Amino acid sequence: MNSVYIHSGVSISAQNTFEEGIKEVEELKFTENSQVKAFKINYKEFLSPIASRRMATGVKMGVVAAKKVIQKAGEDTVDAIITGTGLGCVEDSEKFLNAVIDNDEQFLTPTSFIQSTHNTVAAQIALSIKNKGYNMTYVNGANSFEAALLDGMLLLNEENETVLVGGVDELGKRFINDYEKIYQQDVSFSEGANFFTLGARKKENSIAQLLNVEVFQEIDEDNLLKKIASFLEENSLKVSDIDAVILGINGDAYDSYYQKIQSELFTDTTQLKYKNLSGEFFTASAFGFYVATELLNKQELPTNCFFNSVKKEDYKTVLLYNQYLGKQHSLVLLTSC
Amino acid sequence: MANGVAITGMGIISSIGNTVEENLQSLLSESDGISTIENIATRHANNIKVGEIKLSNEELAKLLALDNFEKYSRTTLLGAIAAKQAIESANINDVNQYKTGFISSTSVGGMDLTEKYCNTFFDAPRNEQFINSHNASESTQQIASFIGLTDFVTTISTACSSAANAIMLGARLIKAKKLDRVIVGGTDGLSKFTLNGFKTLMILSDKKSQPFDKNRKGLNLGEGAAYLVLESEEVVAKENKKVLAFLSGYANANDAHHQTASSEEGEGAFLAMKKALKLADLETSVIDYINAHGTGTPNNDASESEALKRIFEEVPIFSSTKAYTGHTLAAAGGIEAVFSILALKEQKAFANLNFADEIEKTQLKPTTKTVEKEIKHVLSNSFGFGGNCSTLIFSKV
Repeated sequence: MNSVYIHSGVSISAQNTFEEGIKEVEELKFTENSQVKAFKINYKEFLSPIASRRMATGVKMGVVAAKKVIQKAGEDTVDAIITGTGLGCVEDSEKFLNAVIDNDEQFLTPTSFIQSTHNTVAAQIALSIKNKGYNMTYVNGANSFEAALLDGMLLLNEENETVLVGGVDELGKRFINDYEKIYQQDVSFSEGANFFTLGARKKENSIAQLLNVEVFQEIDEDNLLKKIASFLEENSLKVSDIDAVILGINGDAYDSYYQKIQSELFTDTTQLKYKNLSGEFFTASAFGFYVATELLNKQELPTNCFFNSVKKEDYKTVLLYNQYLGKQHSLVLLTSC
Repeated sequence: MANGVAITGMGIISSIGNTVEENLQSLLSESDGISTIENIATRHANNIKVGEIKLSNEELAKLLALDNFEKYSRTTLLGAIAAKQAIESANINDVNQYKTGFISSTSVGGMDLTEKYCNTFFDAPRNEQFINSHNASESTQQIASFIGLTDFVTTISTACSSAANAIMLGARLIKAKKLDRVIVGGTDGLSKFTLNGFKTLMILSDKKSQPFDKNRKGLNLGEGAAYLVLESEEVVAKENKKVLAFLSGYANANDAHHQTASSEEGEGAFLAMKKALKLADLETSVIDYINAHGTGTPNNDASESEALKRIFEEVPIFSSTKAYTGHTLAAAGGIEAVFSILALKEQKAFANLNFADEIEKTQLKPTTKTVEKEIKHVLSNSFGFGGNCSTLIFSKV
């Protein structure tokens, strides 16, 4: 499979990345009930007030990120729309579920049910830009975004020119409180939409090259080094070719996976983290992908992204590795154009 | 695309049977699986008909020799049964012998458990595990563990076109040489959430559904699971595998019309069929049977009929098998893929039950009898909320 190009990226996150990109900011620390909502942006430029009122957070973030990222790429439209989401449209799912239970199946209205399906974001993007192309939604927990990326790469190897790929998750109001009671880490739970346009060909404004993506449902910690080594080998790269490794470190017990490769594989590589800025959510790794594109373009990142003190003159090739609760691992390789 | 991607195994559980053979016998004897709901306590029980599998979760778990059945959602149990059958039917002993993937799909995942436990997650320590049941990847994860796959595993959710998209992705990964072998399909158990959702949309029939009939009142919800095994040319040659059929064409398009309703002219369906035929390099005239989406709702059947008329100069023999199984949502594309392969194998086009009169505007008449005929290519449609439209084309070996 040929590598592809990233033409543009847009991030809606707990930080003001939508307007300002990645900047030096305060970390999002986990405390009880400290869920951090996405930074409030001005949706008016992209959505009518009526549309904006009707849309749940995830749909709103997704549609706006999609519109802006297509605009930023200098395109009118795309050949395909692919989203990845962990819990999908959880706000509307909860709303309908609560109504079914609380009212014992009576007095229900269809609106929240209609908007509860996981493919609502991709569908609303298609509707809002009148796109009749390929439309797909992945819902595989922490590597939902990477499955979408892989699909995007496949499509660009099948005669398509431009595809839109994004990761989106909203906090919701109900399940997140339950999650918080049993899953705790150093960073807050949060939400966001990180969208990108990918193209088969390099353009003047291309921001990076996507070399490869691989997803794994489970990896034994003892096998991790082997899996990463063979992934690099498949791409004809050595550990020393990787200038920075961008890790989904969040401070929970499963950080042992990251620690293993930090101490045994990438000792002379810049080690970076990002969930202290984005918070944790199933598609937080799409924010990590955004961080990677920012590093390749600007050659710098906020100091609180740096985990170790190794610095490189030139950041050219980076590897992203993420997992959540020891499951749904992903490896993504990017290089500068 | 010469031949397409080889299908070497299939498995299914639906309201018309717990195995491929049982499903075939029900199709041939024209007996539906539509009944009054028993497994879910709902106040709508007397106002709806469903394609329910009459086995409790405990009984389903027994079929899998799983103890502690309460750990699993109905979606997981149904999926594991169908996936296990598919692997056995492909004569696979070691599931990790080749680079093998698992692509599942679901609409609501473990909603049955979510509904049951969401107010009592912390009342007992054992309830905490069900916090994850809302996550659509949970059923996929459990099925993957059950069949012993740990590497390439993913979940698709594009409403009622989900399994068709899972099959399509599997074929594309094989063609791109990312995988040698892949198990693809979908699973959905009935839940109160879905029943009430469709109820509020007022598209559930209180009688057995009548796909493509002028007086159709709506759909019957169903439940089930089905998976196919797809294998690369190299594996088929090396293992001297028996090929059941080829997936020769596939496509996905969006109607871009409305969140839940299909456009009057069936634009998304038209585009999906057109692109799939082009990929398969087939003329419309060689399609011998169409397994339509045909949910039995006024909107879908009118829209799909328009699309069929736009694509086919003369619409070939067609039917919807949803009057047998009910609409099994994310699993439908998988279940109907199995039926399409059975149509090729048996050289039979299956009956569209409960049909009496043509829709006035389109005047399309599905086959009301199961007919024997030469079938080389079957086209299968799956459409969903969000304008998602997918078409698969299956071809005889």
